[in-house]
Amino acid sequence: MKTLVVYLMAGRDAPELAEAAVAGGADIVEVGFPFSDPLADGPVIRRAAERALAEGMRTRRCLECLAETHARVDVPLIPMTYASLLEAYGYERFEADARAAGATTLIVADLPAGERPELRRVQLVAPTSTDERIQIAARHTDGWLYLVTVTGTTGARERLSPSLAGLVARTRAFSDLPLYAGFGISTPEHAAEAAELTDGIVVGSRAVEVAEDGPDALQAYVETLRSAIGAGAIIPAR
Amino acid sequence: MLTYGAYGGRFVPETLIPALDELEQAWNEAKDDPAFALELDELGRAFGGRPTPLMRAERFAPDKRLYLKREDLLHTGAHKLNNALGQAVLARRLGKRRIVAETGAGQHGVATATVCAKFGLDCVVYMGAEDMGRQRPNVERMHVLGAEVVPVEYGTRTLREATSEAIRDWIANVETTHYLLGSCVGPHPYPELVRELQAVIGREARAQVVEAEGRLPDAAIACVGGGSNAIGLFAGFLDDDVELVGVEAANAASLGSGRAGVLHGARSSLLADEDGQVLDAESISAGLDYPGVGPEHAFLRDSGRARYVQATDEEALAAFRRLAETEGILPALEPAHALARVADLDAELVVLCLSGRGDKDLAQVTG
Repeated sequence: MKTLVVYLMAGRDAPELAEAAVAGGADIVEVGFPFSDPLADGPVIRRAAERALAEGMRTRRCLECLAETHARVDVPLIPMTYASLLEAYGYERFEADARAAGATTLIVADLPAGERPELRRVQLVAPTSTDERIQIAARHTDGWLYLVTVTGTTGARERLSPSLAGLVARTRAFSDLPLYAGFGISTPEHAAEAAELTDGIVVGSRAVEVAEDGPDALQAYVETLRSAIGAGAIIPAR
Repeated sequence: MLTYGAYGGRFVPETLIPALDELEQAWNEAKDDPAFALELDELGRAFGGRPTPLMRAERFAPDKRLYLKREDLLHTGAHKLNNALGQAVLARRLGKRRIVAETGAGQHGVATATVCAKFGLDCVVYMGAEDMGRQRPNVERMHVLGAEVVPVEYGTRTLREATSEAIRDWIANVETTHYLLGSCVGPHPYPELVRELQAVIGREARAQVVEAEGRLPDAAIACVGGGSNAIGLFAGFLDDDVELVGVEAANAASLGSGRAGVLHGARSSLLADEDGQVLDAESISAGLDYPGVGPEHAFLRDSGRARYVQATDEEALAAFRRLAETEGILPALEPAHALARVADLDAELVVLCLSGRGDKDLAQVTG
């Protein structure tokens, strides 16, 4: 009964890929709105963002992509992006238009907890977060908390970060919300190990890589994750 | 929480927030600690060669009373050492033994490699592959000083990507590493920290021009990439009736033709499109070839306290040659942009920050 979150980069194929991910067992799909200078991302997602931008995936097109995805799948969709896009589009307008296109909430990788608290979004906590920061994030987050498993950027790692267990314990002390772990989770083994500690997992870079081989490959990959963490999911009530 | 009017702030992943809090606290303690000021003064004097001279440039600007603040004579050949020394002392207070930095022209990389050698710190410098090609002498200097220079091979392969990679390295190694950011950009407290460490330029220049001329200058002028030498010079004259002028590279004019946006951890004025995607800058000068600028400059522009103009590559090259021929000084291509705009000023008594020397640029100028 763990939640499986799959990240995909916005693009022409994203709606079809999202459908494959959901068929494979994804409970939530994050849709990356690409930014030219994504500081939180490692090379895989940075390159995917470069390709998406070259393909013309600017904010309006990303919102259309979100709406097309929403028409195809019946799971929560979460745009994940960077503050520069919201600065340019307008924070309130971005939130309103994203929700109108099917977003259930947002993730903004470089807008830490405490900044612009009026913008409803999933907050991230990291192994370096102090207890005080974890409490701020827990107070402001929208539905669940995103636990960054590693001190680092997004991207596959050989093994699951040993920091996760401690971060889970510290976060549980302040919050009853679902905790989903992401960054550095790529294999079914990582997924199972992380899901033992948390309420769910987020898979990004590896999913983006597999998605390059098309929807069938993505669905097969997501199925391996799904079976590793067990069937079913707990989606937080909204 | 924005720090300079509508600009500044901290737009970084959560992982870095505790380190920025820690840095801010260490900085607040250090700046009130007389022992810190004393140590920096002594390092500046004995190691850096401060105070740097203020020199009248009579033949370069016969119609004006132009004074050059000779930061090119500082150890390592540019103003960057002022900041690198201060942050190295801070890193030691923080117990960090590993330093990462970004560099464009290589001057900040050389200054960082230099202080790391002096303090026995591990040093990793990220540099765009394009810049490594056009600033070869500085790459060699860094190697000799014991630094690891990591080429950045994507995007424009210049300062912009080098800065992103340095920040990513910091995110991954934040517990052991201090990020020695080279300009008054980035998340709070960096813009303030770098400005205060560069303010020595303005303090000295103010006292020196008053001693030479018996009065304050009409104008203070400096080149602006990220803007650290300019903000250091301006700091000496902010509360005075002195015109402040920043000169950007024409195709990297974040203040002249930019819009508000977020890059490398701060809200500022930057070259970006209507969707907030950052655009490429382009300049012959690697140190000005950056699509962003320090948030305090955006604030000073909006408030009208400072004004910002541009110079083209050709104008900078002409000023480079003219200073060499009339004063016997090879300026770096960065301050050559400021030199190029001196003749246009209404001001008669002018102080210009000659932020670095031009040996590194010879291949560009003669090639």
